[in-house]
Amino acid sequence: MPNAPAALAASARPAFGAGAPLAERVAGWVLAGPALALMWLMLLGPALAVLALSFTDWTFGSPRLDWAGADNYRQLIGDRVFWVSLTNTLVYVAFVVPISVAIGLAVALLIEAGNGLNGLYRTIYFLPVTSTLLAMALVFAFAFHPTVGLITRALSALAIPTTDWLKNPSTALFALGTIGIWQAIGLNMVLFLAGLKAIPKDLYEAAAVDGADGAWERFRRVTWPMLGPVTLFVVTITAVRSFQVFDTVAVLTDGGPNKATNVLLFQMYQEGFSFLRSAYAAAITVVFLSFVLVLTLLQVKLQERWTHYT
Amino acid sequence: MARHYQLSRLPLALLRHLLLASGAFLMLAPFVLMVSLSLKPPAEIFAAELRLLPETWHAVENYSAAFSKQPLARYLLNGFLVTGAIFTAQMLSAVPCAYALAKLRWRGRELVFALVLLGLLIPHQVTAIPLYIGMWKLGILNTYAAIILPSTISVFGIFLLRQFFRTVPDDLIHAARLDGLGEFAIVWRIMLPTAMPALMAFGLLSFVWNWNEFFWPLIVVQSEQLATPPLGILFFSNAEAGTNYGLLMAAAVVVNAPLIAAFLLAQRRFIEGVTMTGVKA
Amino acid sequence: MAAVELAAIAKSFAGTAVLRGVSLDIRDGEFLTLVGPSGCGKSTLLRIIAGLETPDGGTIRIGGRSVDGVPPKRRDVAMVFQSYALYPYMTVRQNLALPLEMRRLSTIERLPLVGRLLPGARRKRRQIEADVTAVAAALSIAHLLERRPAQLSGGQRQRTALGRAMVRHPQVFLMDEPLSNLDANLRVEARTEIAELHRRLKTTFIYVTHDQAEAMTMADRVAVMLDGEIIQVAPPQQIYDGPAELRVAQFIGTPKINVLAGRINATGGIDVAGGSWPLAVAGAEAGSVSIGIRAEAWEIDKEPAKRAQGCLLPGRVRHLEHLGAETLVHFVADSGAGAEARLVARVEPVIAAGLSMGAAISARAKPDRILVFDAAGKRIPVSAEPASTLRQVANA
Repeated sequence: MPNAPAALAASARPAFGAGAPLAERVAGWVLAGPALALMWLMLLGPALAVLALSFTDWTFGSPRLDWAGADNYRQLIGDRVFWVSLTNTLVYVAFVVPISVAIGLAVALLIEAGNGLNGLYRTIYFLPVTSTLLAMALVFAFAFHPTVGLITRALSALAIPTTDWLKNPSTALFALGTIGIWQAIGLNMVLFLAGLKAIPKDLYEAAAVDGADGAWERFRRVTWPMLGPVTLFVVTITAVRSFQVFDTVAVLTDGGPNKATNVLLFQMYQEGFSFLRSAYAAAITVVFLSFVLVLTLLQVKLQERWTHYT
Repeated sequence: MARHYQLSRLPLALLRHLLLASGAFLMLAPFVLMVSLSLKPPAEIFAAELRLLPETWHAVENYSAAFSKQPLARYLLNGFLVTGAIFTAQMLSAVPCAYALAKLRWRGRELVFALVLLGLLIPHQVTAIPLYIGMWKLGILNTYAAIILPSTISVFGIFLLRQFFRTVPDDLIHAARLDGLGEFAIVWRIMLPTAMPALMAFGLLSFVWNWNEFFWPLIVVQSEQLATPPLGILFFSNAEAGTNYGLLMAAAVVVNAPLIAAFLLAQRRFIEGVTMTGVKA
Repeated sequence: MAAVELAAIAKSFAGTAVLRGVSLDIRDGEFLTLVGPSGCGKSTLLRIIAGLETPDGGTIRIGGRSVDGVPPKRRDVAMVFQSYALYPYMTVRQNLALPLEMRRLSTIERLPLVGRLLPGARRKRRQIEADVTAVAAALSIAHLLERRPAQLSGGQRQRTALGRAMVRHPQVFLMDEPLSNLDANLRVEARTEIAELHRRLKTTFIYVTHDQAEAMTMADRVAVMLDGEIIQVAPPQQIYDGPAELRVAQFIGTPKINVLAGRINATGGIDVAGGSWPLAVAGAEAGSVSIGIRAEAWEIDKEPAKRAQGCLLPGRVRHLEHLGAETLVHFVADSGAGAEARLVARVEPVIAAGLSMGAAISARAKPDRILVFDAAGKRIPVSAEPASTLRQVANA
C-alpha cells in the first residue's frame, strides 16, 4: 500500500492531522462524533445554558424571557435562606471530609499492616459504597429514633445524652453527615489501599537500615509523604461528593428542621422544581458549580507542584 | 514476600483484628438492621428489647406486601432497563471516541480531549435545569427516554477507556490496517476485546451509579410506572410514613439486593474500576 | 570495620529452600563479592546479614558480636539497594542526613517543629550538616545537595545512595547489585570508583552481583554461590584457574569453558573423543570424568595432527567470530564423545586468517591448563606427565 510507509513515518511525528492520511482524519471525527454530539447536548451545552439562564428573569412556564443582569446574584446575596444553605453545606463538607478521609486512611493502614482476612475486611468496608443511599438513609432514620433506635440506645448505654437526632436543629445536619461518612469510608479506603500498594518496599527497608523502623517513624518518613498525591485526590473527591449531598436530605429531613439541613443542591431543587423559579435556581447552580470547580482546580494545581517523584 | 515489619506478633495482630472488626461491625450494622427489621412484625419493631431475629417471623408478609402495596417489581425492572440502556449507550459512544482520542491522528483530537476533561469537572446536577426545560419543550418529560438520555454520555468512561487504549501497541493497529480492517472494524474487533477488563469495571460502576441515581429521576419522573429503585423507595416511604417499617425495610432489602449481589460477584473488577479513577495519565 | 561470620544460615520461602546451610567468613576490611546466577539466594543472604530477613537457622556475628535477632539499625551496617531506594520527596541533603538524624537525635529532638527548638538539637544538627557536606564533597555531589532524586542522573543517584551509606561510617557496607541499573560504560567507571572507595575507607564490603566480570574485577575474594550453597571462596585468579567444581568453572569465564566427556582408562590416562590423552589422574579409579578447557588453553593447528603427541582433538571449523584483537574459532570434534560438544578456541587473528568454514583442524590442549572433574563434578588433580613416561624415565 503506497500510504503505509508514509503513515508509519508520520506516526513518529507529533503533529496531528497534517501528516495523517485522509481516511484516518475523517475516521477520527466520525468515531468521536456521537460522543461529541452527546457531550454538547447533555453536558456542555446545558452547563452553558445554566450560566446564561442565571442572568435572566425566567420562571418556568413564563412566556417572556428577559435579560436581568446580575439581579439573581444580588438577590442571592440578600437571601437569608441561601446563606443558611451555603453554610450548612460547608459545615457538612467540613464535617464529613476530615473524618471519612482519616478513617479511610486508618482502615487502609490497618489492612495493609497484616495479612489476615484482608479481602474480607476490604469487602465489608466497601459494601456501603455500593448500596442505595436512599434505602440506607431510611435504615439510619430508624437507628436514629429517639427511643428505640440503635444509635440512641448505644449512646445512652455509654451515658451520653441523646436527643431526637433528625428533628433537633443542632444535630440534624451531623446526623446526615454520619450517614455520609459511613458511605464515604469504603471509597477512601480503596483509594488509599491502592496508594499504599504503590509504595516501593525497599524504601521501608532503606529506612529500617537508616534507623527508622518504628511504626511512627515509618509512617512519618515514608508512608505519609509517599501518599501525598493520593491523599490530595481523596480529599478532593470526598469534598466534591459531599458538596453534592441531596438524597439524605430529600428523604429524611426535607431541608428541615427549620432549614437546619437545607443544603445548596436541595435549595436549588426547591427553587427550580417546586417554586419554579428557574433563573434563580440557575444562579444557585452556578454558585454550586463554582465551588466544585475551585476545589478541583486547586487539587490539580497542588498535584502538579507536589509530584516530582517519578 | 516477607513482610518484615508486619503486625505478625500475636498481641499486635489481635489488636489489628479488634480494631478492624469493630469498624467492620459498624459498617455492616445498617445492613444487618435492615434485614432484621424486614423480618419483624410491626409489634416487634418498636419493642424495648433488642433482638436480631424476630420471635414471630413476619418475613413472608412483609416481603409480599412490599411487592403488592407498591409496584416494587416494576421499580426493579425499571432499574435494570434504565441501567442497561444507559450502559449500552455509554459504550456505543465512548468506545469509538476513546479509540479516536487514543490512537487516531485528526485535527480535532486535542480539542475534543480538552472538552472531555472539562466535562469531568462538571457535576451532573448542574445540567438539570436546562435539560428539564428542553425535555419539557420536546414533550418527553416523564418517559424512559427522559431518564436515560442525560446519562448516555460518560466522560468518565471516555477518559478511562482512552487511558486504557493508549497502552495498546500501535503496531497492533498498523498490522490490522495492513490486513484490511477499516477503523470501525478495528474498534469493535480489536480494541474492544483488549479493553474488556476496563469495560467490565466501568460497567459495574455504571450499573451501581445509575441504579442509585436519585436527583434526576426525582425531577423528571411523575408516574409510579417509571420510577427507578431509589425513587420507588421514596414513594414507599411517603406512603408508609412511619407506620410500617418492616414493609419499608423489606423494600429496601429488595432494592439493594442486585447491587450487593453484583458487587460480591465481581469485587475485584469493582475495586479495579474505582482505583482507576485515581490513575491520571 | 569488622569481620562478618556466617554459620549454617538456612532460609526457606514458602516451602522452597533458598539457602541451605551457608557458612562464610568475611575478613575485616576485605572486599568480598558474592556472585551467582539469578535466584541462587545471594540477595537473600545479604538481606539476612543486614537484618531485613530472619534466617530459619544459623548464626551471624558482626565484629565479633552476635547479631541474631538484632534489628538492622543496631547492626551498624549500611546497605546500597539495587534500586537505590532514595526517598523521592527528600532532597539529596535530606537523604544523606536522615541516617544521622535517626542515630544522633533523640525522639523528642526529631519532632517536626518542637524538636528544632531544643538547645542541644541545634548543635547536633549543625554537626550533621557538616558531616553531610563532607560526604557530598567526597563523592563529588556537593552541587546536587538541593536537588531531588528525580532530577538526578543514574550515576548521580548511585553516588547519593553510596553517600547515604557512607555518612554513618558503618562497620560493614552491603551492596545489592548497585550497578545493574547503569548503562554499560557508566558501569565500568562506577566499578573503579567503588574499588577506590574501598581502598580509601578500608571498611568491609560485601558486594552481591550476578555479573562475573564485576565480581572478579573488584574483589579481594570471590564467593561463588549456586543453588543456595557457597561452592568456593577464593581470590579471583584462583577461582578462574583452580575452580573447585565444574559448576564454578562453567559459571566464571567468558566464553564459557569447553567441557568434554572422557573416561579414565586402565593406565591412568584419559580417553577422550576416540583418542587417549597422556595425562595422569592421581589416585582416581576408572570412571567417567568431565574435562574442562578454557578457550585460551587451545592451540589450533591448521594441518591435522602435525604433532602426533599431546592432548589432541581433531575437528572442523564451524564458525568464526572476528573480535579484532582476537578471533573465536567455534569447532566440532571429529568423532567420539565430544562430537556433539560445541567447542571454542581463542586464537590470534594471524592464525585464524587461513581458516575457513569446515576446514579440518587439530586442536591441542595445553596440558597445564586442563581441568578434570569427576563424575560428581569435583575437581581432581591432574599431572601432565603420563604415568607410562614416568616409568620409562625411571627405568632408563
